[in-house]
Amino acid sequence: MKKLLGRFYFAFFVVSLIVAGALSYYASSHPDGLEKVAEDVGFLDTAKDSSVSGSPLADYGISGIENARLSVGLSGVIGVFATALVAYLVFAISKRLRKSK
Amino acid sequence: MIIAKLHIPDGFINIPISALFGIISIALIAISLRRAGAVLDDRTTPLAGLTAVFIFAAQMINFPVAAGTSGHLLGAALATALVGPHAATLALTVVLGIQALLFADGGLSALGLNIFNISILAVWVSHFLFTALQRIFSKSKFGVTVAATVAAYISVPVAAIGFSIQYALGGTGTISATTVTSAMVGTHLLIGLGEALITFITISSILTTRSDLVYGYKPKLEVRG
Repeated sequence: MKKLLGRFYFAFFVVSLIVAGALSYYASSHPDGLEKVAEDVGFLDTAKDSSVSGSPLADYGISGIENARLSVGLSGVIGVFATALVAYLVFAISKRLRKSK
Repeated sequence: MIIAKLHIPDGFINIPISALFGIISIALIAISLRRAGAVLDDRTTPLAGLTAVFIFAAQMINFPVAAGTSGHLLGAALATALVGPHAATLALTVVLGIQALLFADGGLSALGLNIFNISILAVWVSHFLFTALQRIFSKSKFGVTVAATVAAYISVPVAAIGFSIQYALGGTGTISATTVTSAMVGTHLLIGLGEALITFITISSILTTRSDLVYGYKPKLEVRG
């Protein structure tokens, strides 16, 4: 049972990797609901660039990589690992807070 | 640019209101940080982390909704059904934090606004809807799937209303809050259909393979604050 559980979680992780690393290339590039409303209604011009807009991963790409498929996919893979790491830490803290009570 | 921006950028909402929602969000995250650990055991804790991972990945897939518009998963109802509201708040906060800090998606000053709308408002509305609907549709796998799917649909316009309230309080644009609210709700009633579909597919796959891990499918654990 324990082994099967590990397999289930591994599969869940692999699905996420495929979605972020490969399928993301096929995402619609139209503005999302909020951005579209802002554009149509007329307050999109109040948006400012994020203070981290110079990040090498800004806008789900890797600066310096020309190939769009590779750039988006790799940034997705990095995001998946980064999310896994931070989520692991957050839930470890949450478990610890409970135990220390 | 291939991947569209997903979240509220800096500038839409003024600093005082952004800060206010930042403070509210920090307080509520702190509560969830203390509570989530009590709900998760050694078997389900990895599911909470993987829920964050999956939602990050799924949010990269903007789907077309209407002319020139795309939508994307929020994941609030999905996460709530899978790991409960407190862990869902934490998982979604991690996703929004990573997106804002690494990918410059969602402004840094707007992080509290985004966290409030998605990780808190959409999660808790989903939680209450989900538990109420389970009472109507039974606690069977079918009931869990229907409840999560309906909660997912409603959570999207709810998050849009969250933004509309923030805009009414501190929007920097000159457009009236009424106009913004009706446009936001109208568009997101459509986007909610995509949210419902993705939630339906994901929750039914997990219920088929490992229903024992699903928070919302444990009748004994059902009563929680």
